[in-house]
Amino acid sequence: MAGLWPGAAALAALLLLIGGAFVALLSSTGELDPAGLLADRYLRHVVLFTLGQAGASTLLSVAAALPVARALARRSAFPGRTMLLRLFGLPLVMPTLVAILGLATVFGETGWLNRLGQAAAMQPLHFLYGLSGILIAHVFFNLPLAVRLLLPAWQSVPTETWRLAAQLGMRSRHLFRVIEWPLLRQVLPGIAGVIFMLCFTSFAVVLTLGGGPRAATLEVAIYQALRLDFDIARAVELSLMQVALCGLVLVLLRAWRREVPLSASFDRPAARPDLGPWLGRAGDGAAILGAAVFIGLPLAAVVSAAVAGSPGTVLIEERLWRAALRSIAVAGGAAAVAMALGIGILSAQRELRARRGRPRAAAMLEVSGSLIMVVPPLVLGVGLFVLLSRVADVLALGLGLVVAVNAVMGLPYVLRIVGPSMERTVGRYERLCLGLGIRGWNRLRLVEWPASRPAVGLAAALVAALAAGDLGAIALFGTEDNETLALLLYRLIAAYRMEAAAVVAGVLLALSLGLFVVIERGVGRRGQA
Amino acid sequence: MGPIFQSGTESAAAQHGGGYALRYITLAALAFLGAMTGAASAEPPVLTVYTYDSFVSEWGPGPAIKADFEKECACRLDFVAVEDGVALLNRLRLEGSTSKADIILGLDTSLTAEAAATGLFAPHGLPGSSVKLPMTWADPLFMPFDFGYFAVVYDSTKVSHPPRSLKELVEGDPAEKILIEDPRTSTPGLGLLLWVRQVYGDGAADAWRKLKGRVLTVTKGWSEAYGLFTKGEAPMVLSYTTSPAYHIAVENETRYAAAGFSEGHYMQIEVAGMTASSRQPELARRFLAFMVSPAFQQHIPTTNWMYPVIGVALPEAFGQLVQPSKPLLFAPETAAANRKSWVEEWLDAMSR
Repeated sequence: MAGLWPGAAALAALLLLIGGAFVALLSSTGELDPAGLLADRYLRHVVLFTLGQAGASTLLSVAAALPVARALARRSAFPGRTMLLRLFGLPLVMPTLVAILGLATVFGETGWLNRLGQAAAMQPLHFLYGLSGILIAHVFFNLPLAVRLLLPAWQSVPTETWRLAAQLGMRSRHLFRVIEWPLLRQVLPGIAGVIFMLCFTSFAVVLTLGGGPRAATLEVAIYQALRLDFDIARAVELSLMQVALCGLVLVLLRAWRREVPLSASFDRPAARPDLGPWLGRAGDGAAILGAAVFIGLPLAAVVSAAVAGSPGTVLIEERLWRAALRSIAVAGGAAAVAMALGIGILSAQRELRARRGRPRAAAMLEVSGSLIMVVPPLVLGVGLFVLLSRVADVLALGLGLVVAVNAVMGLPYVLRIVGPSMERTVGRYERLCLGLGIRGWNRLRLVEWPASRPAVGLAAALVAALAAGDLGAIALFGTEDNETLALLLYRLIAAYRMEAAAVVAGVLLALSLGLFVVIERGVGRRGQA
Repeated sequence: MGPIFQSGTESAAAQHGGGYALRYITLAALAFLGAMTGAASAEPPVLTVYTYDSFVSEWGPGPAIKADFEKECACRLDFVAVEDGVALLNRLRLEGSTSKADIILGLDTSLTAEAAATGLFAPHGLPGSSVKLPMTWADPLFMPFDFGYFAVVYDSTKVSHPPRSLKELVEGDPAEKILIEDPRTSTPGLGLLLWVRQVYGDGAADAWRKLKGRVLTVTKGWSEAYGLFTKGEAPMVLSYTTSPAYHIAVENETRYAAAGFSEGHYMQIEVAGMTASSRQPELARRFLAFMVSPAFQQHIPTTNWMYPVIGVALPEAFGQLVQPSKPLLFAPETAAANRKSWVEEWLDAMSR
């Protein structure tokens, strides 16, 4: 590929955006006093709680995702599989308020579960408000994400390996230990890292489902410092602390990672030898069904509320469709920018690792790209505002800024999803390309693009859907006529119009699904990564 | 050369003597650009109003007020909306005297002391007697445009004996739950904090420790709490005395009611002020006068679901609302000076 300059350009753009935001904030504030933070008893509790809940949520999500992903990898053709995988893209992209109401409809005090129990004369269960509620919500968001990120690992197992395993008469658990686990160990740290960061920075979910201020994350403290107390220095200190803590966890996770040297192989579907026994079939079926029900019920709750909310009168509103168009524009823009940034960083990282023998520099590059995720959106937004208001009319930039912030926030997903695919390409085709003298545009067209397409499709779809459901960035910069679907939804609720809001939530969900299908199919072609 | 630039030059010269030359050159350049496009002379003056998001939404008072004011002012009214009152104050702090805002509309009395301390507001010059509130109004910088009372709203199909006082709420059956908002992230949440403090004084922490058992959860904002309440997650929610009016007037639904508390109800008074850096001070003053006239005030009850600050006819649904026996309110300076320590007290009591 093209050497280091795309990565350098992408990194420069990021540094400009995030570094600029921090510098602008720091320049408008006084001295930092990091020691003062440690003396705050409540803050110490919050930091420990944040780490604890994020660790537990990550562990649960990944542990639950492993059997589901393995089952889906083993059963590669059953009716509804493709649709199920697309539905798995949805929980993460739902606006948090919609997700909370959906979860409450299923698991809440008067939710479906408790009503079912009541019909069976059981005592109502109270578990949605407290640590258990936070964990349920985080697993709901991240189990499907983990499944989608894990699945490609299985496709990288060479056909020859399965054939050899069959000849050796290996059973299912041997296959797992000898073939699958080493492979997973290569991707798990990265996936766990993304999920950890998502849970670490979770805000409204933790606050609302946590039951009280004992359950709060560092992000809440940052929000309070920057908004209510307007203490910019403290907000910056807390943000740096958040970045440092997450950076530490990412580095520790990376240390656990093991590289697997992959032999050359061709992407022919391989039949693994352990698909026959009924016990395995039943187990896989249970794992898939369990996950589908757990993920599907809250989604169904959102849809049923939309249907009950007299969609006829809402769907004919012109403003709804205008808002939908704006959401699509933001989604497409954010996906395109995130892909450009992400692929730039990844190609530089690969160049450093594979060609120049600088794995540590490559790792640094990737970790810094991922850490963007934990820069609090509010801090990034206010920093950008301070920075840009010196040179331009921030309001006139409007949706452009929303696109930029969403692209940056989506970058870690691009790195996570496209990265392994690009690594595999280099492992498989590097020598072939060198031997045949394929390089430059031809290499991109003939080798890189076809091989990375499914991954690029999935990453673009995810970033697009995330941006479509985003409210954080749009609420920051102020709005004139920038009403997106998510903003319309919140405005309806603020105006007591819960039923109309439920319809808009349904439309937003359908739009996210639509974006997923169109982008994954259009870009990814083969339809699954 | 349009009137915008003339008045801008004058006020700039008056207020920032030092930057006069630079500003003059900039304005001259702008005027030149304006002349080139031929647009400046035809454009009416623009009044920029910063406000909170739900004010400008289609269901808020914004659209009707914009139309009505533009009819009589020969100007254009532009809204810039941010998340809420707190975000509004922060936006102004960030922009300082370079702000485009002529009017800041949507702060409340728990924020006005800090807003005044920024020095970014100019006196409105209107007599306090032009508004009718439960107390006299004498703030030279801010004019109220609506007010309301925080209240516990309950579902009467589930709560047969609603609490009749804050004390009954605090000491009531812990199995009957209430949803409240976090004072760090939400205006009603901060309202309840001040309410409890006003009624219990130094006993507030004890009261919170007792109430804690009744709290189903503490949400980030009003939307989460009210959404969960209408889903039936808890029979009570912290909202406003006027909340039931929406359900009566729009949905014809009478099951939701606000509980009247004998100690009185904490108030929220929403205000607006004009910026000292406004390049349209005359127009800004005119807008503030318009704000306390019937043309503006008539929209408040059924769009913002708050009480108007002058005597305009109230919709029928408002007649069925609970009338607070006694309005409670801290002086803005007291609220500002103590907010931090009271929030810490709340955190301590609620996280044990």
